[in-house]
Amino acid sequence: MSTSNRTDHELLQQWVAPNSRVLDLGCGDGTLLQQLMQSKQIQGYGIEIDRELIIAALDNGINVIEQNLDKGLSDFSDNSFDTVVMTQALQAMSRPDLVLDEMLRVGKECIITFPNFGNWRARLHLAIGGRMPVTKQLDWQWYNTPNIHFCTVNDFEALCQQKGIRVLNRTTVSAQFPDRSLKEILPNLFAQTAIYHLSK
Amino acid sequence: MPDLIPENSVGIVTPQTMKFDDPLQLDSGHTLNSYEMVYETYGELNANKSNAILICHALSGTHHAAGYHSNEDKKPGWWDTCIGPGKPIDTNKFFVVCPNNIGGCHGSTGPNHINPETGKYWGPDFPPLRVRDWVKSQACLADKLNIAQWAAVIGGSLGGMQVMRWSLEYPERLRHAVVIASSMNLTAQNIAFNEVARSAIRSDDDFHDGHFLEQGTIPKKGLALARMIGHLTYLTDGLMGEKFGRELRSGDFERGAYNEVQFQVESYLRYQGDKFSGSFDANTYIMLTRILDYFDLAREYNDDPVAAFRNALCKFMVISFTTDWRFSPERSQEIKNALISAGKDVSYAEIDTPQGHDAFLLPIDPYLRVFASYLQRIALECES
Repeated sequence: MSTSNRTDHELLQQWVAPNSRVLDLGCGDGTLLQQLMQSKQIQGYGIEIDRELIIAALDNGINVIEQNLDKGLSDFSDNSFDTVVMTQALQAMSRPDLVLDEMLRVGKECIITFPNFGNWRARLHLAIGGRMPVTKQLDWQWYNTPNIHFCTVNDFEALCQQKGIRVLNRTTVSAQFPDRSLKEILPNLFAQTAIYHLSK
Repeated sequence: MPDLIPENSVGIVTPQTMKFDDPLQLDSGHTLNSYEMVYETYGELNANKSNAILICHALSGTHHAAGYHSNEDKKPGWWDTCIGPGKPIDTNKFFVVCPNNIGGCHGSTGPNHINPETGKYWGPDFPPLRVRDWVKSQACLADKLNIAQWAAVIGGSLGGMQVMRWSLEYPERLRHAVVIASSMNLTAQNIAFNEVARSAIRSDDDFHDGHFLEQGTIPKKGLALARMIGHLTYLTDGLMGEKFGRELRSGDFERGAYNEVQFQVESYLRYQGDKFSGSFDANTYIMLTRILDYFDLAREYNDDPVAAFRNALCKFMVISFTTDWRFSPERSQEIKNALISAGKDVSYAEIDTPQGHDAFLLPIDPYLRVFASYLQRIALECES
């Protein structure tokens, strides 16, 4: 994903404390950790499974660990990180709920960003077109998409409530409606990307 | 001979010898009053001496890690795949030093040398060594070469153990540690394999309790058998199936006649054993397997690898191979986990490949690319 798409990276940085320990699940080429190392002097580790992205992350000078997140985070002890981050990867996990549990076990706080499937465009795609939504941001067909567990802002909040997870902060990104009011009042309808700051 | 030395080779190299007259106090309580180390170097040391890399060799390795000794040389050094111009350990950028460890049998002071105090071969009386002693002698070599701090110390298998020990014994003397297909200690199964190898050597009548050189013999059969066992464990069932299958080298299965068969895999193993037994010292082999068995990174740190690694100051790259069952990925993950818990910078790659433990010596594309990316990072630091 190009940096222009990664407004979520910019927005979530406000919740990362300087000099803290950060674990980035599905770190990609390590752009976020690289930014956080520069802006917040964090000590960061990224977990990634894609070989090309691991090599890119090594080139970008970050600590990258090859690991399959679907096998859990059992290598990491409780509260061993200040913040565990997962951007745009939750929907690709085989059990997002278990990943969320693990993130909150390993991290004192978590930051999660995910594409909101309640967004009006996705709804229109299905309602009018009668086909599964394919967007510029998520350019996959239903049969080959790695994104197997889509949810909406409301779905995610229901899961947090059910698990007793505290939502410390929430913000959203919408390219069509940069106007704050709409996406803040009706995030489930207007947010393209949701960004959550959570704790136990 | 290589018809033409490849362009990405360091070319013809000449081993050098460094003499040490200051006694080396060994971990066992013994002292080595004087010793020699044979080593090779590749590339050029830069003006501020910041681009030196130490290569630590494994069980059967030597100081000859890259290039050729002559135009007639059939094979390059043991890690030529990774060391050379444009290779992961790029000799256009780094000054690479690879010594033969003391106790070895390829030129550095070891059991096949004469003990100056007795005038006889050291043989089995060579003082027992530990990884820590090797690291200490390598540090003495660095002193003589005026290298205050290595850009990186790199090694696979038993070499990786030396790398980790370096990070704890001389934390301020290295900036990066690259640990490949290694482990913080051996498993019981690994120790058992080593003991079978030692038993094979001891059971050879030509071994003479280690005094074979005085007797003018060499326990070739025992050594070959030891190597066959070792070599077998460095490969995998899948790879051997692919490489040899049930192919015959000689004989056949025809009914009504008996022509004893020899499978290709038998012939291959025998060749490996014979080649090794002609060039390796039996006492060295026994000592090296003992050093492997004895090694336990965290023993002096209350068996707590996290506490051990807290002493390190360098950054780490850990690499393992999925089908390596002698030094399995789980053992490398333990290293990686301890480093993360100790708050050290570490990257970890698990290379999916069928070659088993031997993979660390082979040209496997994703491995070389990961390795090269990390080394490129080190090279950039050397320039800045």
